Amino acid sequence: MAAPLTLVLIVAVTIRAVLFSSSLAEPLMERVEVVSPLNAWKRVVEGLALLDLGASPYSGDVFHETPLIIYLFHFVIDYADIVFMIADGITAVALYLAVQDYNKTVFRKQKYALEADRYPHDCLELIRTPKEMYYIPLKVALFYLLNPFTIFSCVAKSTCGLNNAVIALFILSTIKGSAFLSAVFLALATYQSIYPLTLFAPALLFLLQRLYIPVNFYRPSFWLFTLQYAVMYLGSLCVIVCLSFFLLSSWDFIPSVYGFILSVPDLTPNIGLFWYFFAEMFEHFRFFFICVFQINVFFYTIPLSIKLKEHPVFLIFMQIAIISIFKSYPTVGDISLYMAFLPVWSHLYRFLRNIFLVSCVMLACSALFPVLWHLWIYAGSANSNFYYAITLLFNVGQILLVSDYFYAFLRREHHLTHGLYLKRKDGSEATLVLK
Amino acid sequence: MGLLSDPNRRRALTNLLTRLNTPLWGMPVDWLVKAMQARGLEVFTQSFSRTLPFPDENKERYMVHGTNVYGILRAPRAPRTEALVLSAPCTPGSSNNQAVGLLLGLAQYFRGQMYWAKDIIFLVNEHDLIGMQAWLEGYHHTNTTGMSWTPLEGRGGSIQAALSLELSSDIITSLDLVLEGLNGQLPNLDLANLFYAFCQKIGVLCTIQGKLQRNDWDSAAGYSQAVQTMLLMVLKQASGRPWGDHGLFLRYHIEAASIRGINSFRQYKTDLTTVGKLLEGMFRKLNNLLERLHQSYFFYLLPSLSRFVSIGYYMPAFGLLAAILLLRALDLWVQLGSPAPGTEDGLPFGPGVLSVLTPLIISHLTGVALYTLPIMAQQTAVEHFPVSETEAVVLTAIAIYTAGLALPHNTHRVLSGEGTEEGWRVLKLIAIFYMAVLLGCTALINFSLGFILALTLVPVAAFITPHVPRVLSALVMVLLSPGSTLLFSIFVYQELQEAPITLLEGWNLFLSVISQGILDHNLYGSLVYPLISLLVYPCWLLLWNILFWK
Repeated sequence: MAAPLTLVLIVAVTIRAVLFSSSLAEPLMERVEVVSPLNAWKRVVEGLALLDLGASPYSGDVFHETPLIIYLFHFVIDYADIVFMIADGITAVALYLAVQDYNKTVFRKQKYALEADRYPHDCLELIRTPKEMYYIPLKVALFYLLNPFTIFSCVAKSTCGLNNAVIALFILSTIKGSAFLSAVFLALATYQSIYPLTLFAPALLFLLQRLYIPVNFYRPSFWLFTLQYAVMYLGSLCVIVCLSFFLLSSWDFIPSVYGFILSVPDLTPNIGLFWYFFAEMFEHFRFFFICVFQINVFFYTIPLSIKLKEHPVFLIFMQIAIISIFKSYPTVGDISLYMAFLPVWSHLYRFLRNIFLVSCVMLACSALFPVLWHLWIYAGSANSNFYYAITLLFNVGQILLVSDYFYAFLRREHHLTHGLYLKRKDGSEATLVLK
Repeated sequence: MGLLSDPNRRRALTNLLTRLNTPLWGMPVDWLVKAMQARGLEVFTQSFSRTLPFPDENKERYMVHGTNVYGILRAPRAPRTEALVLSAPCTPGSSNNQAVGLLLGLAQYFRGQMYWAKDIIFLVNEHDLIGMQAWLEGYHHTNTTGMSWTPLEGRGGSIQAALSLELSSDIITSLDLVLEGLNGQLPNLDLANLFYAFCQKIGVLCTIQGKLQRNDWDSAAGYSQAVQTMLLMVLKQASGRPWGDHGLFLRYHIEAASIRGINSFRQYKTDLTTVGKLLEGMFRKLNNLLERLHQSYFFYLLPSLSRFVSIGYYMPAFGLLAAILLLRALDLWVQLGSPAPGTEDGLPFGPGVLSVLTPLIISHLTGVALYTLPIMAQQTAVEHFPVSETEAVVLTAIAIYTAGLALPHNTHRVLSGEGTEEGWRVLKLIAIFYMAVLLGCTALINFSLGFILALTLVPVAAFITPHVPRVLSALVMVLLSPGSTLLFSIFVYQELQEAPITLLEGWNLFLSVISQGILDHNLYGSLVYPLISLLVYPCWLLLWNILFWK
């Protein structure tokens, strides 16, 4: 399987190289759907210029990325294009290996369950075969590399690509079972944008499952491992933050990066939900609504973890999707990361109910974003309401997609325990509804 | 009190106009500079040059060099933050020989008034649209079309509104208001209402699309004239070209309109002093604006000057057409309704997706060829065939367009396998959805173009399958393809203008329209030609592929 993956990588690198040298690169760097005030390349260049002049890169409220990123680019600024292409490559390869390992785990569990005769007899058609699962890792890498969202994000040199690479490495190390590496990569991802904090819970659940420690609050082994993982995670986070302090000899990156992400001062339009709302907000209520919106991102972790504690990898997928919908400055690069996971759940296709509507909505909205931006900003015939309408529709489409997959996943699990053709108590046919 | 109530000024204007009646060689730059300076304006010039991609046979130009002359009347007591523009294109010959005179007369009168709050820029541009594009690009420091021009030395602040004058005789019977701009963009309806209201107040006849509006709305004749006026506006807007020099201002968010003086056989004639009073009134009203015109509609259709059809009325018509496509797509989805594609074979994608990918790629490559080859290949065409460059470009475009019709017979031989029942359904689903999104985006930017394309392409897209009678469907498809739609629109346009033409004249006009379309795209950034060649034509080719699916 290495040969097709190498071919896909070569094709992806060729496409990106061609686009880097074309006239599309400059306009893409300014498109608000692709870059945000957090991860725009122009701001990184600005920060580097300030650093070269000896001033703090965070002075002037231009640069909002972390000090490690600025130091990375301080050394490789001449090869920036290659860095982003390599980041995409790392993400693709990490996802490939992770999904390969995960599929092996899934297949092994299924085999044990079949031998223990735990499945009802009529749901044998739901059992997954190795032949069906053979090409899934390659499809995952393909979906990530050849997704137009990823390509645009890479050509625009948005640091979202680096964030995706770190999250992909975190997923790989979690699935391989290395708690320490998983904690380190999770700390790096959290350090760059706060929201991957919510991935702590699924990583913990997966590692507990792997070590056969049951999730029971009365067992000391559970608490021991949780403490271990938490200490590793928080320790790495502290080390990285202190390292940043020593790199720049000041703490002013904390309000500039984390304060910026949490308090959302910049209301440039993007594909997220925050900007329009806060443009209309009265100052008196701003703090309250900031809290509400930010808690919204973290809030879904608890109920989802309780429901999906047997399936932590699906929980990771849901969490990444929720982060990219509800975060304060989303871009299309965030979307491409969770979309890369969709081939892993291709066996759920028969239970998906909204796939036609969702794909129509998302494709149409992606085409309408630049049209309505042009009508608003250049032609002056539309206004921000039109653009926000498309943003809302796009996010509704994403939420529908995620909830559809959630429904399909739970329904399949239900069928695997209760049989495929459900009967009510009086023998008539029943249907499943997600409440 | 008002313009030219002073008999001395009236005499001066008459002298000017008489002098300008004599034919001129190109533009008298020095004379204009002196005349404007004598009237107390700050005068600047801008020279520009552009080599067209191929010679323009309508206006007989290929390598264009020109000079724009503009004079700025500074507002006496206001900061120089806003400006208004009055422009008159200067062309050799008699097509627009009175406008410059009126412009200079107005400049002299305006100079004596104290109430100007905005700077007024009097612009005389050479080579009409090309000069205007150079001036606007220089004013706004953009360079989107690759023209070379000298930077502007004098500026007047952000332009709030602009009026362009076209007067060919010193006695007029009516004034025609031209609103359609580049890419079908229209100025704010307030500007048109303002002009019409003022015309009524002064007592000058105002027409739109060359038609005088009637008072009897309920009669069949009145209704049919309104429909004809609206259809003319739709056709003009769909062409995407600027129909007056004002058309290029709209892109910079400046409300602009063109005023054309018409001398025909009517009872009441007005002389230029009245037109001058009218323009003075317009400028005084624009001078009083506190903000840019944005309160009224930007998207409308005018069946007459006192009635309009707003976007809320005409968009549902388009929405219903798009709904046909979406319903057909839903129907195909339900028909396809099978589990996850292509997991049985050893390939990551089944043969279904691959056989769909080939027509997609080949159609788009043909579209790219239609977009790039005519201009690139004109030299080789001129060497091998006895045609001029313009004819070479246009005939190459038509040749590639018709060559696309031969494609489906070869596409399937690229792949070893034959197409399946599922294959054409998948291709049709993709094509229909692609067409719906494309027409939707087009209708948002240029409603008329989107609507005309939807009218002709949606029925074809909805009923086409490999199982309909082939020859009849092929004929219908060709008759409703974008190229034929253009040909029919030309005949309809000429009929509506009450100047019907013969078939041969129509064909020549068709060729010139294609060359104008390509030139507009290269010179001003009109989107019609790239849209049709790169997106609509491949979509139509996909449907053609489906018709001939084996």
